[in-house]
Amino acid sequence: MMTTRQRVAWGVILVLVMVWALFPVVSIFATSFKLPSELNIGTFWPKTWTTTNYEQILGPDGSARDLFLPALRNSIGISLISTAVAVVLATIAAYAIARLDFPGKRLVLTTALGVSIFPVISIVTPLFNVWRNIGLYDTWLGLIIPYLSLTLPISIWTLAAFFRQIPWELEQAAQVDGATSWQAFRKAIVPLAAPGVFTTALIAFFIAWNDFVYGISLTSTSAARPVPAALAFFTGASQFEEPTGAISAAAVVVTIPVVILVLLFQRQIVSGLTQGAVKG
Amino acid sequence: MSADVETRAPGTKEPGRAGKAVRSDRAKAEARLGWWLAGPAFVVMLAVTLYPILQALYDSLFQYRLTAPDDQKFVGLGNYQTVLTDRVFWGALLVTLLITVVTVVIELVLGFALALVMHRAIKSLRGILRTAILVPYGIITVVSAFAWFYMFDIQSGFVNHWFDWVPGISPDLNWFAQQGTSLFVICASEIWKTTPFISLLLLAGLAQVPTELEEAAEVDGATWWQRFARVIVPNMKAAIMVAVLFRALDAFRIFDNVFIMTNGANGTTVLSLLAYRTSIGRLEIGLGSAISVLLFLCVILICFIAIKLFKVDLASARGEG
Repeated sequence: MMTTRQRVAWGVILVLVMVWALFPVVSIFATSFKLPSELNIGTFWPKTWTTTNYEQILGPDGSARDLFLPALRNSIGISLISTAVAVVLATIAAYAIARLDFPGKRLVLTTALGVSIFPVISIVTPLFNVWRNIGLYDTWLGLIIPYLSLTLPISIWTLAAFFRQIPWELEQAAQVDGATSWQAFRKAIVPLAAPGVFTTALIAFFIAWNDFVYGISLTSTSAARPVPAALAFFTGASQFEEPTGAISAAAVVVTIPVVILVLLFQRQIVSGLTQGAVKG
Repeated sequence: MSADVETRAPGTKEPGRAGKAVRSDRAKAEARLGWWLAGPAFVVMLAVTLYPILQALYDSLFQYRLTAPDDQKFVGLGNYQTVLTDRVFWGALLVTLLITVVTVVIELVLGFALALVMHRAIKSLRGILRTAILVPYGIITVVSAFAWFYMFDIQSGFVNHWFDWVPGISPDLNWFAQQGTSLFVICASEIWKTTPFISLLLLAGLAQVPTELEEAAEVDGATWWQRFARVIVPNMKAAIMVAVLFRALDAFRIFDNVFIMTNGANGTTVLSLLAYRTSIGRLEIGLGSAISVLLFLCVILICFIAIKLFKVDLASARGEG
């Protein structure tokens, strides 16, 4: 089918794109396995591969362990909860938007759009002040609530686009065939809607997992500080040592789940990102 | 026909034959149900954005420091006057605009190239390409910032050693000691991390260009460039505009990369960082709120310009007709 020249050209393009997309990741991966003494010799790969840096963040007497592990727990917990809340609210709302005709439908979608372009930093100042007064500062709930401003709008958009494509007549067809309305919904609609809900959850989770502004502004201790914010607080084993190794190791640890999810669900993520986006 | 009406999905329009009273009752019930279902999400969205920005607007009218919380004084627009006459603010605005323009332009070009590659690639390649470009999309921005920082850092970096044959680059070039070179690395990280998003939006736009048009142009002997400029681009104008607007608004909020790499040193302070440092760093809630409100107004202004001047139709382009 392809000529040799085309095959070579595609090979080159593939290599170029792969290098471009993965180079920084591989770079920090390589750094994370360097010995502290080799950090500053200016090579790409470590001369001797070592897990010292990983012991620092994960090992029982690692110096950055108490900074990293609580942050990891906070990040996972806070991101999962805010994703779950957003997806539940958005699923119900998107169902109404896709299936019902009601005044204000566009208002809901426009609001979602408006919220998604809202500059996060503009919300942070008032929240910082209010949270301190009502005791939400440096708590999980104090981050879960503002995270909804990140996760909810994109969830509504993506799910509304997904739900519009579901052939809802199937539900009636199942009812005609004798199914109760609940059975019809569960057997005919849920299997069609589930992939959209899952994809949306994945995208919303990525966005929550990525947050830095809220994380660094609304927390002060490891009680609620998520990983991206914690990375900025890493210090070296001594005050003369840069925390390069520990940060790189921590960066690799939090990147692994992203890479796994992308490998498993690339098709779904792409369809989710583009469905809500450019549809005529 | 009448049986048809019975089984119709609630979302479809009823034919004129149905009684008017019946229809309005059903319409009312549907509207009520619609708001019961969409209401909670709507209220939550307003609660987490509208309320804080109104609070910021209110706070911005006071001289209000958390270091002296009882010493609140109404100053009207005084805070805005302080900010708008401060050269730091205008410097930050300029740097923010510069980063926005540079990253969006480069991302548009790179993103288009990537989209075309993915569009043309055969199925098996397409999967690999998509997986590869989703890695930057999914990665935490702070991680990207550290990755790029360590690559260029004078101590741990290898860029100086690899590229010492390039004029101006030498082993003792400290990228983060000057404005220009710092901004270069900051933009590089930003571009790397967000180009995938723009290219996926453009890919979706490409899929909507009618293939017949492209083929017809090819038959008529149009060169590749002519086909691209005269057929492809005009047919996906809406997608391009939306992608650019979304990325521009996103780039305008840049914070993570700057915070990690320079923390605003050497003239790299951006608006978001300025707002953060004023309110969270120095606890000047009044002044910080004023900057927050100004930043918000800038975003509105960008949107307004895009929609009015460039006629970007966000609603139709984002799937809502």
